[in-house]
Amino acid sequence: MLLTLSTTHQPATDLGFLLHKHPERLHEIEIPQGRALMFYPEASQERCTFALTLELDPVQLVRGSGQKGDSGLLDEYVNDRPYAVSSFLTVALGRALGTAFTGRSKDRQALADTAIPFEVVLTPLPVRGAEDLPERLFAPLGYEVQMERHALLPNQPSWGESPYITLSLKATKRLREVLEHIFVLIPVLDNRKHYFIGKEELEKLLRKGEQWLQTHPEKVLITERYLKHRKALVREALARLSDETPLENQADADRDLNQNLAELALEKPLNLNELRLETVTQVLCERGVQRILDLGCGEGRLLKRLLKEGQFKRVVGVDVSMRALEIAARRVHLDTLSEKQRERIELWQGALTYRDQRFAGFDAIALVEVIEHLELDRLAALERVVFEFARPKLVVLTTPNREFNTRFPNLVNGKLRHADHRFEWTRAEFQAWCERVASTYGYQVAISGIGETDPELGQVTQLGVFTK
Amino acid sequence: MRTINIPEFALVVLIGASGSGKSTFAHQHFKATEIVSSDVCRGLVADDENDQAASKPAFEVLHYLVEKRLEGRRLTVVDATNVRAEDRKSLIALAKKYYALAVAIVINPGQTVCIERNRSRPDRQFGAHVVQNQTRTMKQGLFGLEREGFRQVIELRSVAEINDLTITRQRLWTDLRHETGPFDLVGDIHGCFDELLSLLQGLGYQIGDDEQGVYALPPAGRKLVLVGDLVDRGPKTPQVLRLAMRMVKVGEALCVLGNHEAKLLKWLRGKEVKLSHGLAQSAEQLNQETPEFRTEVATFIDSLISHYVLDGGRLAVAHAGVKENMQMRASGVIKQFCMYGETTGETDEFGLPVRYPWAMDYRGKAKVVYGHTPMPNAEWLNNTICLDTGCVFGGKLTALRYPEMQLQSVPAQQVYCEPVRPLHMPNLSLSAQQEDDDILHFADVSGKRLLETRLNKQVTIYAENAAAALEVMSRFAVNPRWLIYLPPTMAPTSTSTRPDYLEYPTEAFNYYAERGVTEVVCEEKHMGSRAVIVLCRNAALAKQRFGVTSGEIGVIYTRTGRHFFNDASLTQSILERLNQAMQQSGLWEDLQSDWVCLDTEIMPWSAKAMALIREQYAPVGAAARLSMASVSQALQQAAQRGVDLSALQNRVAERGTAVQKYGKAWAHYCWEVQGIEDLRIAPFHLLASEGAVHMDKTHVWHMTQLSRLAEQDKLFHATNSLTVNLSDESQIAAACVWWEQLTQNGGEGMVVKPTDFIAYVKQVPIQPALKCRGKDYLRIIYGAEYDLPDNLQRLKKRGLSRKQSLAMREFALGYEALHRFVEQEPLRRVHECVFGILALESEAVDPRL
Repeated sequence: MLLTLSTTHQPATDLGFLLHKHPERLHEIEIPQGRALMFYPEASQERCTFALTLELDPVQLVRGSGQKGDSGLLDEYVNDRPYAVSSFLTVALGRALGTAFTGRSKDRQALADTAIPFEVVLTPLPVRGAEDLPERLFAPLGYEVQMERHALLPNQPSWGESPYITLSLKATKRLREVLEHIFVLIPVLDNRKHYFIGKEELEKLLRKGEQWLQTHPEKVLITERYLKHRKALVREALARLSDETPLENQADADRDLNQNLAELALEKPLNLNELRLETVTQVLCERGVQRILDLGCGEGRLLKRLLKEGQFKRVVGVDVSMRALEIAARRVHLDTLSEKQRERIELWQGALTYRDQRFAGFDAIALVEVIEHLELDRLAALERVVFEFARPKLVVLTTPNREFNTRFPNLVNGKLRHADHRFEWTRAEFQAWCERVASTYGYQVAISGIGETDPELGQVTQLGVFTK
Repeated sequence: MRTINIPEFALVVLIGASGSGKSTFAHQHFKATEIVSSDVCRGLVADDENDQAASKPAFEVLHYLVEKRLEGRRLTVVDATNVRAEDRKSLIALAKKYYALAVAIVINPGQTVCIERNRSRPDRQFGAHVVQNQTRTMKQGLFGLEREGFRQVIELRSVAEINDLTITRQRLWTDLRHETGPFDLVGDIHGCFDELLSLLQGLGYQIGDDEQGVYALPPAGRKLVLVGDLVDRGPKTPQVLRLAMRMVKVGEALCVLGNHEAKLLKWLRGKEVKLSHGLAQSAEQLNQETPEFRTEVATFIDSLISHYVLDGGRLAVAHAGVKENMQMRASGVIKQFCMYGETTGETDEFGLPVRYPWAMDYRGKAKVVYGHTPMPNAEWLNNTICLDTGCVFGGKLTALRYPEMQLQSVPAQQVYCEPVRPLHMPNLSLSAQQEDDDILHFADVSGKRLLETRLNKQVTIYAENAAAALEVMSRFAVNPRWLIYLPPTMAPTSTSTRPDYLEYPTEAFNYYAERGVTEVVCEEKHMGSRAVIVLCRNAALAKQRFGVTSGEIGVIYTRTGRHFFNDASLTQSILERLNQAMQQSGLWEDLQSDWVCLDTEIMPWSAKAMALIREQYAPVGAAARLSMASVSQALQQAAQRGVDLSALQNRVAERGTAVQKYGKAWAHYCWEVQGIEDLRIAPFHLLASEGAVHMDKTHVWHMTQLSRLAEQDKLFHATNSLTVNLSDESQIAAACVWWEQLTQNGGEGMVVKPTDFIAYVKQVPIQPALKCRGKDYLRIIYGAEYDLPDNLQRLKKRGLSRKQSLAMREFALGYEALHRFVEQEPLRRVHECVFGILALESEAVDPRL
């Protein structure tokens, strides 16, 4: 990868003094995964260009030092890190041009304090799926932005374009400002970082962005991407940027952040999920359920809701994904629950297509937005597992109403709501299935819906309540 | 010297006051590990063997140990005072729970001896009254020991009696593990003597008459096993009994007790019984026999026991079945179960008790052969088979030849008795096992599991790997009925000693040569995506053999068990083409099979991996290309100004060349796929077909058979291969050249396999295949610049042992899965192997290998 920094301020070779790097030599410094190399392709009175490239060690990159977490994002053995402009480059930049970053110059302090014309070229810079992002990030800071796109394969236009651009930025600024901008915004464009993001990184962002980030229209996006979407850090950064005391109340902060995020989101949030959980909880409460099995509990949203009702003496969440269960455990604070509360809840790994002795003996089973994640030909197994073998008195089941999909503005016609949905049913299909299952296994079923109602299309979510 | 005989599986409860010498006695007569002592348990929980305050937790530990031992069918001796009935009650309960016979040994050397002994021990200074109390309590309870539930009570009343004793152990009557057969097992006869004779005749028994009546002489070495219910309902109960008694007496036959015999015995003994369920016929027929014969019958029935375990524990026989936790144990509960099976307590519409299908839950190692419930056909279910095919109701009389596992039957000559409940109409679509296979059990795949395989002894699956596999299996895999195999991972050849290669064929040849393999086959390694194809001749046969009712004729799935194509119609049209090629080539005919399982590679790589290529491989190439071009241009500019950058320029040039090669490395494996005509399928293993797993045939056979498909249809590709005699240097050299040409022309590389498919060193199988990948292909794996000298040198330090071990374990499981399927074992037994392969795949091994 290559970063070049040129100026036409005359004498242009003064750039060497600003950067503390002599234009007639090759400069080399060691960085953790290789070395940074600096030289000047041009060095005349009229125009001087500083170039920085890295020689990253590809073997070392994937091996790391053997310590956990050390190799960071490099879980892929074949990757673009040795070649693309990324956080490796900004880290090297920080090390190589430490003094310049502080705005000091031993021999040309006046020049360092003066805005002079600069041109920065970065190549190849990854901009996955956000072609307008360079403009959105740099234009508000006063840069003239030019981008050159590159083909994925040379001379094979059918393969389309690669995710890499050559970005050229022109502006008249102080050197320190230019360096700070690219230091913060390169990882934002790349949207990956090779090292652990902690509190330190937050401080770095605030320091480097002190002069400009607060008023930047993309402040939220920059903060999120820079901090790798670590919510707590993002929250704190945004709070401090808006010049307020840090928000004490986490719920408020969450809401603030979510509103910010919502503005970015393209689709209007329905908050359907909450409504769904509320409805299911209500059904379970009304029927006097005490022991409830949440099959396909996912990340534990329903579990958390259920635990708030003292009526439920035993709440068990089952999911096939260990990762989901870990998140669910955190969500319900499994590790820190009091003994009395801890007795109420359990989380198990299990699969809905395998018969499981543990599923017996519950008053009710909840299957909230679960069945559509099974292949239709495996559904018969779930039917038997739930209705024949576990056989609770009550089964509460929800699934999308496919007819309603036409009301989602962002859903391409005929597509399903979630990439992992194997099917979505119309009301007639759902009814037919419910009735067959009920009659096969000796249940009664009441079918209704949850969420917004359309006179033609019905409700967003379909609800089946099976009783024995 | 007095000798006492105790069952070899029993709970032995020692009873005696403190100081009576129980521990010494226990250690004289039993193994240290057989003794569970309350003092030791006190020590375990409280660091003090005499801490009476720790008695409660100590006895909890004691009970737990006793329970675990009995569960594992191990003789256990309880060394505690056990003087109060209350102390013994919980032990008796444990013995009952695990069907162990309880034996009481009362050790009473006399109060004075005990007191004297305690006095000499510094840790037992608790005074004489303790021993006096204990002795009094003990004596009070002695008379009730049998009533408490002890089957055997041995009282030793003096030091002399205690010392002068030998204990011997007796095998249980049910334990006939030393009888190894071969056996002919026959289902419920119910007086159908003529059918029995013709069945035996068909089994090669020599039938004749002598002074004692009819005889049936078994073929040399064979033994007849009757599963009970010889009597009632049918026309010739006495004849059946006479033959059975005669054969049992001389050891030509074994017979277990049926419920009808039990009831007949009551009648014979003059007890009041209702002459129902065919007893009337027996009574009438036996009344015409002599009283001596009737006495003989009564003695015979009285001698019959609940069940037998035979052939080293591989076979169990009982009238109505026997659960795993009952085998080779004894109790009234077991006797009842073996005669009647389990009922749910409900009755059906005919007023008969509803039977609980214990066989559905059966997971035991022993095959269980039983009768009792008339079925239209004898069918295996979870390693159990019911041989009662309702002969007396006009069905047939069935025998199972063991260990051949062949079923043989003769039809009933007439309906002797109308069944209360009609004989089940045969279910035309699915077998009993297939019905049962409809649901797999979580408990059969979860947690840490040890899988027995015929190739590689035990394979351990760890819980965390099973957890990972569960997710893939339940969310993404095809219907488990289709999933009879997953391909194992393959180890690469050892790292090459050549300076410029990571892998080169020499090491692969050496691996096999060093292990005594004389000939190997080199097969071109196709660069596509691995696919397993299961194909049936038609949907009806798919239903019959695989129990799949969707109407599909087969399936194509990936190495992780997912559907290969998202488009089901594309899959089915490929299968149709394959079916046609199988037909036209005569392969169906030659294999004598209605189904086949093939290991294949489907090309192009891009057909399956396009997303990966687009999102990862191609962008990396683009970044590398752009990076190298821009850097080298900038360097050139600087160099032209006179800055000395030559070393850096050289490095960049060298890297640039590697990057260019990377850009081309995967281009060979990509082409556009519009439809079926753009695909290429290269089958390279004909894994299995009805009755056979073809891993006992040479790879040359596989190549030859599979090339017949390519001759029929250009969709299918024969795989290029080369046979190499490892003692011929010139053949080895030629194979290396072959490989070099292959890889220089964009080939991925080759796979080296022993011609015989599976090769062994001292009965232990060795790697079934080693891959040797081409220099440029490895760029896709190790990165564009992997072969720059500095990089290659470091990459060569790679450890292969984990990968090799993984490959071996997965191969053993795949081999096992196919065998189990071919042998028509229950789906869960096939599934656990396939599941195991998937679980092993989640073990952390360098994915570049």
